[in-house]
Amino acid sequence: MLALRSIAAPVQRQCARAAPRAAAVRLSFQNQRLYSSQDRVAKFNGQKDAQGRYTVSLIEGDGIGPEIAVAVKDIFAAAKTPIAWEPINVDPILKDGKTAIPDAAIESIRRNKIALKGPLATPIGKGHVSLNLTLRRTFNLFANLRPCRSVAGYKTPYDNVDTVLIRENTEGEYSGIEHVVVDGVVQSIKLITREASERVLRYAFQHARSIGRKKVRVVHKATIMKMSDGLFLSVGNQIAKEFPDIEFDDELLDNTCLKMTTDPVPYNDKVLVMPNLYGDILSDMSAGLIGGLGLTPSGNIGDECSIFEAVHGSAPDIAGKNLANPTALLLSSMMMLRHMGLTEYADRIEKAAFATLAEGKALTGDLGGKAKTNEFATAIIEKL
Amino acid sequence: MLTRNSARAAQRLLRAAAQQPQQRLNVARTFATVADNTGSLQADIFKPTKYGGKYTVTLIPGDGIGAEVAESVKTIFSADNVPITWEQIDVSGLDEATASGKTEERFQEAVASLRRNKLGLKGILHTPISRSGHQSFNVAMRQELDIYASIALIKNIPGLQTRHDNIDLCIIRENTEGEYSGLEHQSVPGVVESLKIITRAKSERIAKFAFSFALANGRKKVTCIHKANIMKLADGLFRGTFHKVAKEYPQLEANDMIVDNASMQCVGKPQQFDVMVMPNLYGGILSNIAAALVGGPGVVPGCNMGRDVAVFEPGCRHVGLDIKGKDQANPTALLLSGCMLLRHLNLNQHADRISNAVYDVIAQGKVRTPDMGGQATNREFTNAILDSMEKAL
Repeated sequence: MLALRSIAAPVQRQCARAAPRAAAVRLSFQNQRLYSSQDRVAKFNGQKDAQGRYTVSLIEGDGIGPEIAVAVKDIFAAAKTPIAWEPINVDPILKDGKTAIPDAAIESIRRNKIALKGPLATPIGKGHVSLNLTLRRTFNLFANLRPCRSVAGYKTPYDNVDTVLIRENTEGEYSGIEHVVVDGVVQSIKLITREASERVLRYAFQHARSIGRKKVRVVHKATIMKMSDGLFLSVGNQIAKEFPDIEFDDELLDNTCLKMTTDPVPYNDKVLVMPNLYGDILSDMSAGLIGGLGLTPSGNIGDECSIFEAVHGSAPDIAGKNLANPTALLLSSMMMLRHMGLTEYADRIEKAAFATLAEGKALTGDLGGKAKTNEFATAIIEKL
Repeated sequence: MLTRNSARAAQRLLRAAAQQPQQRLNVARTFATVADNTGSLQADIFKPTKYGGKYTVTLIPGDGIGAEVAESVKTIFSADNVPITWEQIDVSGLDEATASGKTEERFQEAVASLRRNKLGLKGILHTPISRSGHQSFNVAMRQELDIYASIALIKNIPGLQTRHDNIDLCIIRENTEGEYSGLEHQSVPGVVESLKIITRAKSERIAKFAFSFALANGRKKVTCIHKANIMKLADGLFRGTFHKVAKEYPQLEANDMIVDNASMQCVGKPQQFDVMVMPNLYGGILSNIAAALVGGPGVVPGCNMGRDVAVFEPGCRHVGLDIKGKDQANPTALLLSGCMLLRHLNLNQHADRISNAVYDVIAQGKVRTPDMGGQATNREFTNAILDSMEKAL
């Protein structure tokens, strides 16, 4: 072994001398690692078309999806947003016995680098991977961004909620690695890697900067899961050094659950970042604080492309009746505009939307109103 | 073997429930596990130690606020002449306790004492993140003694106003496996695997416990909380076993819910829940969410039940290091857990007296600790309870 190395070393050096460029490339790659702190994680790289518009892939979804997509399109048109829609079909196909998305859809999202997605119904049946999961895996959407803000027109026991939650989206408890050891004994593996943790944590810090929050907090359970959550936490501590302007701390999952439910207001100045399962539970819980999934936007952020979506169900019972509430999809599209750097448009539409909700005249049935989907959209357009 | 034993426990609880006469609707009463009115403690599966008419109970005050609240429990219990002798063992999970030898040996001592006495009242022990290889004493104790079922009783306390009303739910949590298995390894640097173990035997045991608890306490519905849409095998096994056990209890309604939805429903419409049963980690999450709904960890009692040993501890497990030694702690959770212990020993009159006094003081609202929106210290609160008990005589 030793001998081998002593032979190998001079050879390597020789190679380096012979090919200095190759070595330089390798070195710079090593230094750069995945991202340097200056680089923005998941930066939007879309290109404008000839008319100065960005093309966005639109997955209308099932059930109420098409109706709420029409509402969003109308509002965008009225606000003269520089967006061209490219509707795509993601009905699953079977490829080598596995569920997959049609190539045309993948091609479209790859090209546009951005997509807006309505609710998709996951057919219940064995061995069927949910389409949401398939999309997440196909495009490696590593971070799930879930802000929750109280809607003035809808009263819940909690006021002034304004939380921002970022969830690691690719591994953790949802790694999908499970097996039956013997009959009646199952092992399920929670996977935490430095690479994925680093990526999502860096995104969290950068996002905090971009929305003007000064604090990032990791939520973990490292008292019990010392190695896995411990790794996530220690990566957080490392990354924090690259962002001296942002305050970093950590909190035990139990405390976060308790304090957030008691009073969510102290979380209004923070960005919370956490592994997959905790993020899933806490983001839905925060949605519960402000009145449910019908009012919360969501963004799945990836390096190559990002997909913004409404996380609520497809509500087949009211589909086609013009009764659905488009708020979640509309707010998701605001997040999308901000991700694309079209902040002014997002601010204008968001202001109109929140004003309409606060006014309470044109609310849909789920918020206790009587308005139709299109009447709600029209009310927003009038405010623009 | 396991199933037979839990079935026996279930039958006993059932019998006790059947023999229990319809009592006046007393708030205190509904907080407790079932009382054994047969008076034949020899039949008790727990067979606690009793010398000279007194029970010996292991008392582990725990870290943080533990010492203070344990002191008020001791004061109040002795004021009521409760026939209990405390065997106090000061275990600590804090780093600075290592030098005084309060850690490993004391922990073994505590486990031995619990094994001997079969009954314990316990505060929460701190678990440091930094010390590698150190398992949480709380978890280790539950695994060692096989106290598999953790119960947290979440109910609005009359007079203590929170954001939600009419909450009356009970969280039953599997305590010995799941995510808290403690099996972790680093495959290569930067890649860590943590194992979650779900077994049919333990899932069946906890499901049976939940159903017999629901029957014995006159509850209507048992909800299984899981994430079987993602963890199809592990949580699938838990959910499947639950539904299989449910068939043996046709008089109870059984349903299941995914954990993220359950957390959302919990902060929106918590009134829909009755008894909830779940694996370890979800229990930690939901008991915290639910505790926050009724006033925080200071007012939620609980216990951990095993085949041989029962350890009563606050249902929402917080150490409270931040208010340690400031005389601000709320002893309600440990006091009510103590009352559950008394009912477990069939000392119902003591339990009623003490818990009624606690509820009276909270309902009057004059003397309350800071977490309940008052300014009183722990000592003042304890004295108010003593006064109230004296008045009731």
